Amino acid sequence: MQRVVVIGGGIAGIQASLDLADAGFEVHLVEKSPSIGGHMAQLDKTFPTNDCSMCILSPKMINCADHERIKLHTYSEVESVTGEFPKFKVKIKEKARYIDLERCTGCEDCVAKCPVKVPSEFEAGLAVRKAVYLPFPQAVPRKVTIDADHCRMIKEKKCGVCKKVCKAGAVDYEQKDTTIELNASAVVVATGFDLMDASSVLQYGLGHCKDVVTSLQLERILCASGPSSGHLARPSDGSEPKRLAFVQCVGSRDAKWHEYCSSVCCMYATKESILAREHVPDIESTIFYMDMRATGKGFQEFVSRAKSAYGVRYIRARPSSVQPGEGGKGVLVSYETRGPAGEPVTEEFDLLVLCPALVPSRGTAELAKLLNIKLDSDSFVRTSGLLRPIDSPRKGVLACGFASGPMDIPDSVSQASAVAARVAELLAQGSG
Amino acid sequence: MARIGVFICHCGHNIASAVDVEAVLAYAKTLPGVVFAGHNIYSCSQEGLSSIKSSIKEHQLDRVVVAACTPRTHEPLFRKACEQAGINKYLFEFVNIREHVSWIHAKEPVAATEKAKKLVAMGVAKAALLQPQTEGEAAVTPVAVVLGGGLAGLTAASSLAGQGIETHLIEKSERLGGLLRDVSVIGPEGELAKPLLDDMISRLTRSKHGHIHLKSTVKGISGFVGNFELTFVEGCDEKKIKAGAIIVATGANEFTPVGDYGFGSVPAVVTQLELERRLAKGDVAGDVVFIQCVGCRQPGREYCSRICCNVSLKNALRLLTLSPGSAVTIIHRDIMSSGTAAERVYKEASETGVRFVRYGLERPPKVSAEGDGAVVEVFDETLDETIELDAGLVVLATPLVSPPDSEETGKLLKVPRDKHGFFLEAHVKLRPNEFATDGVFVCGSARWPVSARECIYQGLAAAAKASIPIREGKVVSEAITAYADVDKCAACGNCVLTCPYDAIEIIQVKGKLAAKVNEAVCKGCGSCVAACPNDAMQQKGFTTQQLGAMIDALVKGALEGAQ
Repeated sequence: MQRVVVIGGGIAGIQASLDLADAGFEVHLVEKSPSIGGHMAQLDKTFPTNDCSMCILSPKMINCADHERIKLHTYSEVESVTGEFPKFKVKIKEKARYIDLERCTGCEDCVAKCPVKVPSEFEAGLAVRKAVYLPFPQAVPRKVTIDADHCRMIKEKKCGVCKKVCKAGAVDYEQKDTTIELNASAVVVATGFDLMDASSVLQYGLGHCKDVVTSLQLERILCASGPSSGHLARPSDGSEPKRLAFVQCVGSRDAKWHEYCSSVCCMYATKESILAREHVPDIESTIFYMDMRATGKGFQEFVSRAKSAYGVRYIRARPSSVQPGEGGKGVLVSYETRGPAGEPVTEEFDLLVLCPALVPSRGTAELAKLLNIKLDSDSFVRTSGLLRPIDSPRKGVLACGFASGPMDIPDSVSQASAVAARVAELLAQGSG
Repeated sequence: MARIGVFICHCGHNIASAVDVEAVLAYAKTLPGVVFAGHNIYSCSQEGLSSIKSSIKEHQLDRVVVAACTPRTHEPLFRKACEQAGINKYLFEFVNIREHVSWIHAKEPVAATEKAKKLVAMGVAKAALLQPQTEGEAAVTPVAVVLGGGLAGLTAASSLAGQGIETHLIEKSERLGGLLRDVSVIGPEGELAKPLLDDMISRLTRSKHGHIHLKSTVKGISGFVGNFELTFVEGCDEKKIKAGAIIVATGANEFTPVGDYGFGSVPAVVTQLELERRLAKGDVAGDVVFIQCVGCRQPGREYCSRICCNVSLKNALRLLTLSPGSAVTIIHRDIMSSGTAAERVYKEASETGVRFVRYGLERPPKVSAEGDGAVVEVFDETLDETIELDAGLVVLATPLVSPPDSEETGKLLKVPRDKHGFFLEAHVKLRPNEFATDGVFVCGSARWPVSARECIYQGLAAAAKASIPIREGKVVSEAITAYADVDKCAACGNCVLTCPYDAIEIIQVKGKLAAKVNEAVCKGCGSCVAACPNDAMQQKGFTTQQLGAMIDALVKGALEGAQ
């Protein structure tokens, strides 16, 4: 059986793995965090149908874990790729998670007793997790991981509570990283994106105004299984916001930061403002935007519905500054519109949401280097022009999803499925 | 007596915030046949599934009811868990207490809990009568058919043929290439269309697995995944092909804006494709004004056609290259240059001297003839004043629209289209290139307007999906098919007339005429069951007895509630 290594376990990597495996390949899916799922797992709903994101994703995650031709390597990273198509040698480092995966039952007894609290990555910093943790309830695999940077036992040899309470005997503080080596016919890069740090765009107040959050944080706040059980509350005083605003293109379409358009923010801000209204019926949402890019199926209708049925106000303006409101609560947003009403305005909002540039995920440049592939001028993986939109110039190394440029979930899924066709084609040509 | 297990899901807070899960659980334990009832925070998590599996073994369950979310996404998961624990998957019953209860009755927790109890009682009553079923299996014809020879269809066909799969490409016109034949340069990176198409066509014609049928029209499609039969007319000859999978890549047309902005009466007003033809010949000079969103993003045709801004940006830059001194203006409502490359082209156009004027739907531009050219009057929202632009040529950027014959294609394949006539995929988020009908796939602008680059990866995606049943070699059909009770059947033929899949015929059975269902073709829609006046038609998993038991349970629950 021919083998393919897929790097990245978000929706693109998951879909690529499933289609490759269904087409008969043996797939090794490498994910650097403890669970597959990626950013899609963090979203509350998906535009434009407002389908629950986890509900449609989790069956695919389980299918990955259950598929007889897919092997998951979570908490793992690709260390090297040598050789050439169709005979690559791939080294995968499985990082020590200090847990025997064969033994861990995912009961979380250890989590309950662990004394160390760390900001939760999954909850976008809005809640804490423990040093031994399951990233989220639907995590695949459902196995805990000890975060060595924060575990007192590993750092200072003081504690050991998790080992004491684990009935399965799964905790192993002496565990070491292991490296495995595989032969593979092809390698797929599906490493997705991260949010840029919006606090570096100083005029928008993230970090110095309490009631400024990122759009990913708002997803978690709105989510019924999020840190506030879906109750929309602002950080400064926990009150329910009545005036909500979004700033688009924070750090994107901006020569100072990232010149490209992140492609999905117009639509998710529209979605989040609709969802906010469903949580707080008298909330008023305002979206500050440059161009309203609603180019996908049903998107324009979604924006129209946001305006007509949910009272969302769209203002074409780029706010110039954001200051804390009175007593550090709420925000004062200064902006100027063109046209007849073109006066500088300062307006008060209870909660401000920033839609930051979505950038190639951390580690993309290093991965490109070890794969010997190039990045484009915006630091996404460069593919071989129009005719080969998912092939990198190195034969047998493919890229799909956000790793090769901003795109929404359906486009990521299409590209991921396309991988299975390209790999099959390349191998059929290679053999005949 | 059945040994039924009931599992109630909290779905985090999704169900538990409106439904009192403990109360439903306690109630479920009282229902006839229930020997075990449990609950999970997330039944679909690995932990939830393994608790279901271990309970099946521990309590020797032979029927499983899960009260959770929707079978659309989660039924396969729970069925698989049952199978893994040794129970036939048709002994599983799904009760939806999320979409049908907690989400729609979020603010009425008491009533929601009562409704959840009733639905669980109905599920349990049905589960007691479920029977194990065996799924039908059929061999797959190892052949793929692609409808449409534009860029998406060509990509799909050449990929499949390149993978070694026999592939027939059916194109209604006399040439391959579709709309791209009229385009010389493809944005945003300036690749040439002709060599790209020629390369793709030559790969297909060179492949011994590729078969091209030009001037061909499909007349009929029958069968099901793995075993379709297509009848088509090629030139004057009627032909038949058997195929395992079908890809729809029938594309879209450029909307002709008759009467808009002087199109048809002012000679200087043309559409984008006409500009492409002139650019290919180098036959363009003078000042050019583009008007975006002509015939779209307005009442009646609300959608954004996705590619028009990028086409205009590309052509504006080409015009400036061909005649550097000319004035090129793009009148738009929003510039839709999403992503990296398109945004770079937008920036380049701004820096190269293309003028951008923003208009609003309330105050659209006006075009009038002036000599050989035209004058465009437009209220510039940024300047807050009306301006006049002289133009040798006015280019109307109109949307891609679904071609008139897509309705017929949809009917032949029994696949749905959206309100704009574009084909409707199985799931807008996660199944963009599949139809809900197994074995039929979609790509390119037949689904939604797309760029050349998107056509290519969607064509590949459809090819990958179509290759899967062909590589697998067999298809399994769900055991929810209809069957006739020969003794009760009067051979009236109502079922034959009602069946949308032509799955039923009246034949001699046991010495009399009676209905016979072809299980391989039956989709389990149940229409024939409803149409049968004699109660002779039944459907596996939905028998009159099973549905009657559900209604009894509901009425019994309602009576108890009233007391």
